[in-house]
Amino acid sequence: MSRSAGFFIRIFRFYRDGFRNLSDWGRNVWIIILIKLFVIFFLLRLLFFPDLLKKNFSSDPERGDYIRDHLINNR
Amino acid sequence: MFENIDLSLVNWSRGQFALTAVYHWLFVPLTLGLSFIIAMMETIYVRTGDPEWKRITKFWMKLFGINFAIGVATGIILEFEFGTNWSAYSWFVGDIFGAPLAIEGIMAFFLESTFIAVMFFGWNKVSKKFHLASTWLVAIGANLSALWILVANAWMQNPTGMVFNPETARNEMHSFWEVLFNPVAADKFLHTITSGFVLASIFVVGISSWFLLKRREALMAKRSILIAGIFGLLSSVMLALTGDMSARTIAKYQPVKFTSFEALYKGTANAPLVAAGILRKDGEKVGERHLPSFVFRIEIPGFLSMLTGGDRDAYVPGIYDYIYGNPERGIMSFSEKKERGEVARKALQDYKTAVDKGEKVRARELAEQFTSAGFRENYFRYFGYAYIDKAEDIIPDVKVSFYTFHLMVMLGFLFILQFAVVLWLLYSGNLERHRWWLWVMLFSIPLPYLAGELGWVLAEMGRQPWIIQDLMPVHMGVTNLKAGNVQVTFWLFAILFTALLSAEVSIMVKQIRKGPAKKEEE
Repeated sequence: MSRSAGFFIRIFRFYRDGFRNLSDWGRNVWIIILIKLFVIFFLLRLLFFPDLLKKNFSSDPERGDYIRDHLINNR
Repeated sequence: MFENIDLSLVNWSRGQFALTAVYHWLFVPLTLGLSFIIAMMETIYVRTGDPEWKRITKFWMKLFGINFAIGVATGIILEFEFGTNWSAYSWFVGDIFGAPLAIEGIMAFFLESTFIAVMFFGWNKVSKKFHLASTWLVAIGANLSALWILVANAWMQNPTGMVFNPETARNEMHSFWEVLFNPVAADKFLHTITSGFVLASIFVVGISSWFLLKRREALMAKRSILIAGIFGLLSSVMLALTGDMSARTIAKYQPVKFTSFEALYKGTANAPLVAAGILRKDGEKVGERHLPSFVFRIEIPGFLSMLTGGDRDAYVPGIYDYIYGNPERGIMSFSEKKERGEVARKALQDYKTAVDKGEKVRARELAEQFTSAGFRENYFRYFGYAYIDKAEDIIPDVKVSFYTFHLMVMLGFLFILQFAVVLWLLYSGNLERHRWWLWVMLFSIPLPYLAGELGWVLAEMGRQPWIIQDLMPVHMGVTNLKAGNVQVTFWLFAILFTALLSAEVSIMVKQIRKGPAKKEEE
């Protein structure tokens, strides 16, 4: 086994053992983290928070034109 | 997307952003300060080899971990809101906002996935010194992450280091260093992190006081109070100094905000500092708006002139100077700034007309105009005034600014006093006898949270009507969504964040009641 492969295996074991030996509170907060990330990145991001300029226009020049018109025509 | 922007939409969008930011800031400052307190405790453990210090470190590290885990990624939602609710603003700020936020994201990811893992998983697996280094790196890294966020925020308070490109309709960064060393950023960073240090110190002293009240873990509690008390006292003095620096910077770069939180309408030499006061609604009229007047105030004569100009005779401009102008003092009126803003807006319109007509040379000339220092300094700098109709609209809510500022400052001085008293009682060996004082410290835990939130309300509401100071008013940055949709997400966030906060408080309270581990091996 090469030296670098051994290094990465040691890192993998370090994290694996850490997660295996989580305390009660550690497990609870990890559950909360996972639920929170799911809510933020899947539910909120996909359903409620699209990037509207990216969604409505296909290129940066179009987006720029749109904002320029907004700055010129609206008050 | 932007047509017919209505005020209820603007207000709901602002409310939604404010709610997210306020909740996010409930989690952040404890991370900033507690990480350093833990690092100091662990340093003592490594130097002395006393297992009690390891036990103390691990206890506070556990509370740090809970707070960190619940709070992490709550700030991401603010970035989502930029793209959805504030798309014109997001586009207009261009890469200036993107660069610091990207640096923060990358730094936070590497920091959190490596050194925090060592902090929690690495006891007895890595050397003591490597573990200690990781703890310090977490503390330094967490505070550096805050730097990048605050650099981005400071740019909104004092836009600098950029050139507006009419072709892309974006501000483009021309000097990273100007953005990074923006004077507002430096002050904001120092003031914000020291507020986090004070908050964490009060948190540690408050919880340690609870242990003393319960007659449990006396050694751990006293040692914790010693470390947090010293750190808190130094930090609270620094907080006052950085607050003073910050106020001077605001007086220079956001003078209307400054005059609002001082409720100073008429400029004067020998200007008094209002230490405390009560405002009522019906004061003098500016346009269609009544500015609040004082029912009562306690003043320190000449002190505001001393603080801002260095001597009693220094002239401190008031709100009227910025509305009506004061040529003697070189202060431009609102109407003059508006005229200049209109010139910049017209130049943008002319650029578009030239592009539409295919007049390439004319378009290039106009585009180059936006890059010239003279045009930037004399016209584009006031671009946002073109979108404001009435002079009185550049005045933020004076009552909100005044009360948030004064309450925050009073709390700041209270913290200095609290740390001094708790250290004195500890030093004289009388702390446990003064049980009432232990209760005071326990019930003081919410106060620095309140002070921090007041600071942010002042920073953000005090710069109204601007989303980017002098360049873009709030209503021009908002996306024209249905106000009802924004209301839905507002309440979704309220539920999500309240659930997260409840989870944090309940897990923390449970772990505090449980206390530190019984015994710790060296």
